[in-house]
Amino acid sequence: MDTLIAQLQRQFRDYTISLYHQGFLDDQFTELKKLQDECSPDFVAEVVTLFFEDCEKLISNMARALDQTGNVDFKLVGSSVHQLKGSSSSVGAKRVKGLCVTLKECCDSQNFEGCVRCLQQVDIEYKTLKAKLQDLFNLEQQIVQAGGRIPQVDI
Amino acid sequence: MAEVLRPEMLDISSNDNTSSLASSTELLHVLAVDDSMVDRKFIERLLRVSSCKVTVVDSATRALQYLGLDGENSSVGFEDLKINLIMTDYSMPGMTGYELLKKIKESSAFREIPVVIMSSENILPRIDRCLEEGAEDFLLKPVKLADVKRLRDSLMKAEERAFKNMMHKRDLEANDLYSQLKRAKI
Repeated sequence: MDTLIAQLQRQFRDYTISLYHQGFLDDQFTELKKLQDECSPDFVAEVVTLFFEDCEKLISNMARALDQTGNVDFKLVGSSVHQLKGSSSSVGAKRVKGLCVTLKECCDSQNFEGCVRCLQQVDIEYKTLKAKLQDLFNLEQQIVQAGGRIPQVDI
Repeated sequence: MAEVLRPEMLDISSNDNTSSLASSTELLHVLAVDDSMVDRKFIERLLRVSSCKVTVVDSATRALQYLGLDGENSSVGFEDLKINLIMTDYSMPGMTGYELLKKIKESSAFREIPVVIMSSENILPRIDRCLEEGAEDFLLKPVKLADVKRLRDSLMKAEERAFKNMMHKRDLEANDLYSQLKRAKI
């Protein structure tokens, strides 16, 4: 008979694996987890929180720049997406990073329509990831509250 | 009759204040420079996990302020500042990591400190330029734990070599003094 802890652990393992397989996360997220320990138990949560704050700020900057019809500062958009690409790479946000690459290309070729469309996708993507990671962290909490240990998941 | 002085008994104290990692439990003190909050948090953790003491700043200007190279401060209080390594992002608004590297290499106080450049872009001319300017290494972001370990190990080896050289020099000086005293038949 499966205990609650075992069930939760299985859920956690399956969910984690699916996030990697569906391309939401890559290796770099694994590297982040390696840096977490008893001395720094919330490290991953703290870093991704900073990342999502970055997303909000940079996306808003880019949206504002693209809103200046006829006078779009593509340099600003370019430097913002460069920053976003950097931080998404640092946390292992694979899909967000991929979309940043596309956005950068649209920006470099001053493709206004492309930029607008791409930016919308980046916005949706980071919010999706945020929700999924929140679910993952909730699962972790449930395991700990049930008295279990969070399993190491090998991808 | 005068006591025969053996070399080991002679105290050749050196004025050299080289602190040695080989003989002390001092941690490597790293100054990390990055304008990205996410990357600052990440590099700080990477370095802490690798047993380094870390100071993180968000711009090249602040790095220069910290080192006392911004021209605003005299060198008061900076003699004790022991930085073993500087790790800086390349692309930063205002002063770039490359410009910071140049300023550090121009300073007599800090030019010996190894400077490592980090960048998310694998641009060969950029890498060459940094290495030519005296960068210790060029790391592609995201930086790996293995990169930091490799850096730390090579720095510890360099410090150990410097320590050994200093001790060897002391031995030679002690032996030299001993020989002189012997010849003087003291």
